[in-house]
Amino acid sequence: MEKPLATLRSATGVPTGRLAVWWLLASEVVIFGGLLGAYLMFRLGHPEWANAAAVTNTWIGATNTFVLLTSSFTAVLAHQAAEKGDGVKAANYLFMTIGGALLFLIIKSFEWYYEISHGYTITANGFWSFYYTAAGIHAAHVIAGAIIMGFIAVAARKGKELQRVELVGIYWHFVDVVWIFLFPLLYIAK
Amino acid sequence: MLERLVQQASSYAADIDGLILLVLVLVGFWFLLAEGMFFWLIWKFRERPGGRSEYITGKEKHLKRWISIPHALVLVCDVFIIIASVRVWYDVKQHLPQADETIRVTGQQWAWVFTHPGPDGDLDTPDDIQTVDDLYVEVDKTYHFQLESRDVLHSFSVPVFRLKQDAVPGRRITGWFRPTVTGTFDIQCAEICGIGHGVMAGRIHVQDAGTMAQWVTANSSTAAQ
Amino acid sequence: MAQAATEIHHEAHGHDAHAHHGPQGILKYIWSTDHKMIAMQYLFTGMFMGIVGGFMAYVFRMQLAFPGVSVPLFGVVSPGEYNALVTNHGSIMIFWVAMPVLIAAFGNYLIPLMIGADDMVFPRINRLSFQIFLVSVLMILASLFVSGGGFGGAWTSYPPLSAQSQYNLTSIGATMWLIAVALEFVAFLLGGINFIVTLMNARAPGMKAYDIPVVAWMIVIASILFMLSVGPLIAGAIMLLFDQTIGTGFFDPARGGDPILWQHLFWFFGHPEVYVVLLPAVGIVIDIVATFARKKLFGYKIMIFTAVATGVLSFFVWAHHQFIAGIDPRMANIFTVTTLLISVPIAELLFVMIATLYGGNIKLNTPMLWALSFIAEFLIGGVTGIFLGASGADIYLHDTYFVLAHFHYTFFPIAIIGTFAGFTYWFPKMFGKMMDDRLGKIHFWGTIIPFNMIFIPLFVLGLGGQHRRIYNFQNFPELAAMQPFRVLATVSLIIMLLFQLVFFWNCIKSWRGGAKAGRNPWKANTLEWTTESPPPHGNWPRDAMPRVYRGPYEYSVPGREDDYWPQNLPS
Ligand code: HEA
Ligand code: HEA
Ligand code: CUA
Ligand SMILES: [Cu+2]
Repeated sequence: MEKPLATLRSATGVPTGRLAVWWLLASEVVIFGGLLGAYLMFRLGHPEWANAAAVTNTWIGATNTFVLLTSSFTAVLAHQAAEKGDGVKAANYLFMTIGGALLFLIIKSFEWYYEISHGYTITANGFWSFYYTAAGIHAAHVIAGAIIMGFIAVAARKGKELQRVELVGIYWHFVDVVWIFLFPLLYIAK
Repeated sequence: MLERLVQQASSYAADIDGLILLVLVLVGFWFLLAEGMFFWLIWKFRERPGGRSEYITGKEKHLKRWISIPHALVLVCDVFIIIASVRVWYDVKQHLPQADETIRVTGQQWAWVFTHPGPDGDLDTPDDIQTVDDLYVEVDKTYHFQLESRDVLHSFSVPVFRLKQDAVPGRRITGWFRPTVTGTFDIQCAEICGIGHGVMAGRIHVQDAGTMAQWVTANSSTAAQ
Repeated sequence: MAQAATEIHHEAHGHDAHAHHGPQGILKYIWSTDHKMIAMQYLFTGMFMGIVGGFMAYVFRMQLAFPGVSVPLFGVVSPGEYNALVTNHGSIMIFWVAMPVLIAAFGNYLIPLMIGADDMVFPRINRLSFQIFLVSVLMILASLFVSGGGFGGAWTSYPPLSAQSQYNLTSIGATMWLIAVALEFVAFLLGGINFIVTLMNARAPGMKAYDIPVVAWMIVIASILFMLSVGPLIAGAIMLLFDQTIGTGFFDPARGGDPILWQHLFWFFGHPEVYVVLLPAVGIVIDIVATFARKKLFGYKIMIFTAVATGVLSFFVWAHHQFIAGIDPRMANIFTVTTLLISVPIAELLFVMIATLYGGNIKLNTPMLWALSFIAEFLIGGVTGIFLGASGADIYLHDTYFVLAHFHYTFFPIAIIGTFAGFTYWFPKMFGKMMDDRLGKIHFWGTIIPFNMIFIPLFVLGLGGQHRRIYNFQNFPELAAMQPFRVLATVSLIIMLLFQLVFFWNCIKSWRGGAKAGRNPWKANTLEWTTESPPPHGNWPRDAMPRVYRGPYEYSVPGREDDYWPQNLPS
């Protein structure tokens, strides 16, 4: 399908795709904002949740933070390659980012498996409900990002739609930033 | 104004009605002004054959006043309403006058359970009197009520008192009222609480001191066992 | 009535078909990415849902007026069914009528045409958003027929009632309701991003920010407002869904949760939401008023700025729905202040509309009657909001029929009057034919008079202390006496619903045999009137896309022979 003229116009000077991603992220910010705001209110009202938080494994959380940050870095490299018009290189960096996403998810599943098998399930208490809900929604974003990146990488390899490499990169940084908020709130605050 | 529709039977009912009247006067004035202006303009500038509209941009100073003066005046009206409203709110909800007696009101699907402190005047003692859907109180006495819920949200509402407060499971919310007229009045549940919400009706019996004392003695003996 | 609507449905589809290229057969409509086709899909889905919501109102109003009778076309209404009807009436009217029609249908139809673009910037995301919306429609309709019945915990869905099936007794219905609402939100988030970016980026050359017609501005401001307020509720919906299905206790006080948290999340969205639907309707009305008064707006920028101010303020008023819900009573004072302040920008919006009439040459045809009646009726809804915003008065009025009448006096003008205004105004553009003005006026008076006759009695009942969501007031001795008011409201509703047949008849008749509309039957300035009616795929020939030279409201400019001056005419 040929693109409508509307998509090609840019009255603000900002490319349409980038503008859309920023608005998308604005809507995401309020979703996570609401969730974390609610969590903070509860946390302040329930000092005893610290006992539950003490069970979380800060080291695993830190490792995952590191994994995500690294994947964000490769996303930046992919963007740079795309800027230069090198689709193959961009695709390779994107695949590395996807690898980071998968590693993150694998670590997460082991962590959850361990916690759930010790009885810390989502229904165990309020802290664990938030723990799984917030991290779960985040993980859903990681999965979605990885899938989208897969499609974009395949296209980029053929040199098509290279501007999308940047867009998915912006999204990926956001997913990263959300984790940067989750990590101290769920793991460090004990 | 409101007492024509619903009797005033508590110490603060008249305050709330007064506030409603004040709002009615202030916004009523603006409402009539705006509607009056509106219909007058429609009539005055109705289509004339071959007529032509004026070209008014609304940018000129003397025209902007048509918006900016009402703007300021509406703000002034707002301030009046806010002051009056906060005063009534403070008296009814924020400030608890000294209680003569404290009762407990518990909502559940789909009935009201009332706990009267009994002859000793203290709740949670063996002589408490429990009633379902019928609340007995004495006229001209200040009551505190402790509002609770066993399951979902309910709302304890006595229209003649102008009293309404949601009951929230897990919380005990304290409020007050002071009946000023004897008689029997409706209690409604004002928050949807499931299929029985429509039948969650209670009655409040406001009695004079003598009848009330009789009621307490008559019921406390049975309740004590 | 339902039959009439489906007929229009088919015809509209058949009608637009020739303008479209792509897959054949029924798929052609489902897979169309043309913004006009998607707009029509939203419009007719929304109208269909309007009939569903109106039918529900008819059923439960019959029960209120004549408790216990077997309602024709429905049967005897049980208490559980009553709650489900009220809940779904409210939800459908707001989320599946007002939103899709005012924002999605008019937004999709008008934004590209008004800014001189050939489509939305992301046509396929646009289609996806409609498809998600369609799933949500099917979900909410299906939820009425599952075992246990539809959800009956009010459109506000307060937990613990909504969270635990042992309380609401409709475990499947409640979950389907929640998922349907959540899907609808997702559809409108996607659609909203499209609207915002389209307006920002796809404007015709020469079109500056203040050359955009107000209605396009309003729809986009509303989309932003929606986007920024709905997030916390989406998070809340996920939490509620987990409470319902896997047994978490986010809102369960017995397990450390807090039911009031939901109320905060809901109303943080819920109040901005009422302005989300208000603003597009205001935009439609002001465009029509300018056209038929042949007047420049009295303060274009004031309109835009007050709309933004309303939007900003609306984030700070939510707790006025919770004055007596058990929040800290001191908070109520703050929210009284913010709530009353909102009267200032909204008053200004209305004053600008009224002042625009000054010096005009007002033509009272059907669209103009609808537009003007919006102003007259919405004023009632607006000023009654002030009684509720005054916390002291709300102690008495909260959850009475006064609240109910207040918001029907806002919602009805917005969702029904605003839609009819827009529909009759843009009908010539959408279908290429003029509507019958005489039938239109009959329909207008047959709707507007009964409307007031329905809801003025409800104000009285509310002041008399009648509470909402009660299926039979005979259980309350103090309320039983006011039965004549209830009967009056119900009878008026039936009259109003019958008059809607005139509307459908008018649509069919005009579509079949109405006079040809031509490009610009109203002699209006905005760009959509510079193309054919109905506009072809791509809106204008690709080599003749419009260019913009002036603002949209240059009517009756002195020294010009014509009393209008289209935006695309070089000086
Ligand atoms: C589109 C719909 C819409 C709109 C526009 C409004 C507009 C307003 N609403 Fe309304 N409201 C609802 C829909 C809407 N509302 C709904 C659906 C509910 C119930 C939800 C539920 O519980 O189910 C509700 C409930 C509701 C409540 C809670 C009542 C309760 O449950 O106890 C309150 C309380 O403050 C309130 C206030 C207001 C105010 C102050 C405005 C203001 O925006 C109005 C401003 C306009 C004017 C004031 C008129 C113009 C001004 C003048 C003519 C100047 C003169 C004015 C002064 C001097 C002040 N509304
Ligand atoms: C947009 C919002 C909207 C609209 C338009 C309406 C329209 C109507 N409503 Fe509704 N109502 C609500 C939103 C709305 N309502 C909400 C939010 C609630 C609260 C729910 C709750 O408590 O949880 C409620 C609750 C509610 C109650 C309270 C029940 C109770 O608490 O027990 C009542 C009672 O009379 C009522 C009556 C009516 C009536 C008679 C109409 C009539 O005006 C209806 C007439 C119908 C039509 C005229 C439609 C005909 C359709 C067409 C002609 C097709 C064309 C379509 C378009 C133009 C879109 N409504
Ligand atoms: Cu209890 Cu409604
Ligand atoms: Cu509100």
